Amino acid sequence: MSSGVDVNLENIWIKFGDFVAVREANVNINGGDFFSFLGPSGCGKTTILRAVSGFLNPSEGRVLIGGKDMAGLGPNKRPTALIFQNLALFPLMKVWENITFSMEVSGASAGERRKRADELLDMIALPGQGDKLPSELSGGQKQRVAIARALCAQPDVLLLDEPLSALDLKLRQHMRTELREIQQRVGITFIYITHDQGEALTMSDSVAVMRAGIIDQIGDGHAVYDTPATPFVASFVGENNVFRGKISAINGDEATIATNRSGELLSKITPAAVGKLNVGDDAMMFVRPEVLKMQEGDAKTTISAKVLNEEFEGNSYSIYLEGEGGKQIKMAMPNLGNDPHKAKGDMVSFSYDASNAVVMPAGDLASE
Amino acid sequence: MKKDKLFAEFFRNNGVVLGSILFFLVAFWIVFLILLPQISMLNYSLHPNPINLDAGEFADDYTLKNYKYLIFGPEGASDAFNKVDLMVFVRTIIAAMAVTVMNLFLCYPLAYFLGQSKGTGFVRLLVVMLIVPYWINEILRAFALRIIFGDVGVINGLMMQMGLIDQPYDFINADIALYAGLGYAYILLMLFPMYNVIESLDRNQIEAARDMGASWIRIHRRVVIPHAKPGIASGMTMVFMLSAGALAAPQVLGGTSSLWFTQLVYQWFNDTLNWQQGAAYAIVLLIASIAIVLTFMKIFKVNMGDIGK
Ligand SMILES: Nc1ncnc2c1ncn2[C@@H]1O[C@H](COP(=O)(O)OP(=O)(O)O)[C@@H](O)[C@H]1O
Ligand SMILES: [Mg+2]
Repeated sequence: MSSGVDVNLENIWIKFGDFVAVREANVNINGGDFFSFLGPSGCGKTTILRAVSGFLNPSEGRVLIGGKDMAGLGPNKRPTALIFQNLALFPLMKVWENITFSMEVSGASAGERRKRADELLDMIALPGQGDKLPSELSGGQKQRVAIARALCAQPDVLLLDEPLSALDLKLRQHMRTELREIQQRVGITFIYITHDQGEALTMSDSVAVMRAGIIDQIGDGHAVYDTPATPFVASFVGENNVFRGKISAINGDEATIATNRSGELLSKITPAAVGKLNVGDDAMMFVRPEVLKMQEGDAKTTISAKVLNEEFEGNSYSIYLEGEGGKQIKMAMPNLGNDPHKAKGDMVSFSYDASNAVVMPAGDLASE
Repeated sequence: MKKDKLFAEFFRNNGVVLGSILFFLVAFWIVFLILLPQISMLNYSLHPNPINLDAGEFADDYTLKNYKYLIFGPEGASDAFNKVDLMVFVRTIIAAMAVTVMNLFLCYPLAYFLGQSKGTGFVRLLVVMLIVPYWINEILRAFALRIIFGDVGVINGLMMQMGLIDQPYDFINADIALYAGLGYAYILLMLFPMYNVIESLDRNQIEAARDMGASWIRIHRRVVIPHAKPGIASGMTMVFMLSAGALAAPQVLGGTSSLWFTQLVYQWFNDTLNWQQGAAYAIVLLIASIAIVLTFMKIFKVNMGDIGK
């Protein structure tokens, strides 16, 4: 099996009439990486994937696979295999015929195909199920057959379009692990599309976060989660408390923000915004629920608020707070058995570490 | 599900009153529109006409004479078989098959185009344009074709003007007008069932096959046609049955030397006023057509149940 083929998107624009579905995408995917495109529904993820697989030509820019320009090559001529959002198994073919369809196309004998199908069925832990029809399989099994069918073509790059979205939560979590294992075993480049940040963060070496045709940030899970490049990324990936205001002072990579309702607060400037913020700029500061601590700190990292509600979730609990002027804040704590239980209406002071907060120029948030 | 349960379910779902009405209508349909006419036909076909009084025959005797006549001809005739009528029969069946296959090849690409273009405004307009001519009576349509294909018709006119021919070509006697007329008469019954099934085919399956390198021929052979099979079968069944049983087109568009089997039936009923003999001919045509359809369904592994889909 071939492995480790780079995929590069150079200044890709994709337009449908006047509508720009993808804007200036520049992405370098290392060979053998598990790369995810993460973004809300309709942001252009499938469109990018179709440009990589050859089902549509970008209006501008180049797709390079293994350093080779793919312009003018159809999907059948590219070393890619696509797994469709709805899997698109052939319902009237048996499982083994589905899996080895690419070999049938290249003229392999039935014996060869049968043998290869059995190998792949073993790999996806469905031994002896080759003679069933897809309709006789469960959702997770169909999923695995679709993967086997794509791998049978021995692609250099596997493209997956939200392949887990039809599965229930439990199975989805199980399949995440399994997909990651398969990817590491075959060692080829995976390009994975999802709107589920949990999926993207757990499986990927690298994630591109997309918003309405624009790639806001590319980085590993930590970079995207801990140092979001834009307000959209900060609010789309995971949960975040946002504080709006104006920059009142800048000191190296730290800034003080005069927030609209919570006084002056101190925050690290997110790496992407270092050098781009000036005093007086509109800014947004983000603090994750889990970095808030129920203890007073320095004046510029402490906020006071009223307890609205507490939700107990077993391993953790969330506290919903209302600050000055009705500012809603969420706090999350692990359940360590020493729940400093607060009654509704209690006034509390809590703080955070300035290095755990990020500030950046104001911008659009992900809508719920 | 067991039959009595099925009944109980039916009445529970529809209520006793509506259930009874529906049940009555279906029963009425089956008995009065399907069973009784066919049984009376069959009954007719088994009675003698003319009645051979000398041999002690009565009008309500049962006999296979009418069927024998179709196969062996009148008693004492010089030929061992009723060559003329049998030839007409065979020719009708073969021609109906040819019309069916011709329609299949014409409609498949069209159905594929319509079915996969996902109902845009233009496609819907196209479908309406296909239906509009069928608001006109079948016989009038046949006459329209006769005019088009006639000696001084549009086609001969055009061909002569272009210098392709200098004498009008006799499309009528060459049966070209007949095949065109029969094909045209039932083409929508081929198109729509195919269009419906192809429309329900997930486009991603075609793209998946393409992604794996399949040629267009293979995509159709392995993905589209297997999916469309029930629609193709139901279209072919209808076109074959109706072509074999057509009367208007052969009457209007048929050449002088070639008869359609239904024209023989019509002559027995209408000209000779021998309903018994006509009924026998009609029954033979019906049974032969059904047998042919069932045989082909068996060969191509189509289930009866799929056709109704
Ligand atoms: N063939 C097309 N013609 C016109 N617009 C399209 C076409 N394909 C996709 N779009 C539009 O492009 C945008 C992105 O679509 P898509 O890539 O499918 O989103 P995602 O996969 O992220 O949910 C959507 O607004 C969609 O309506
Ligand atoms: Mg999509």
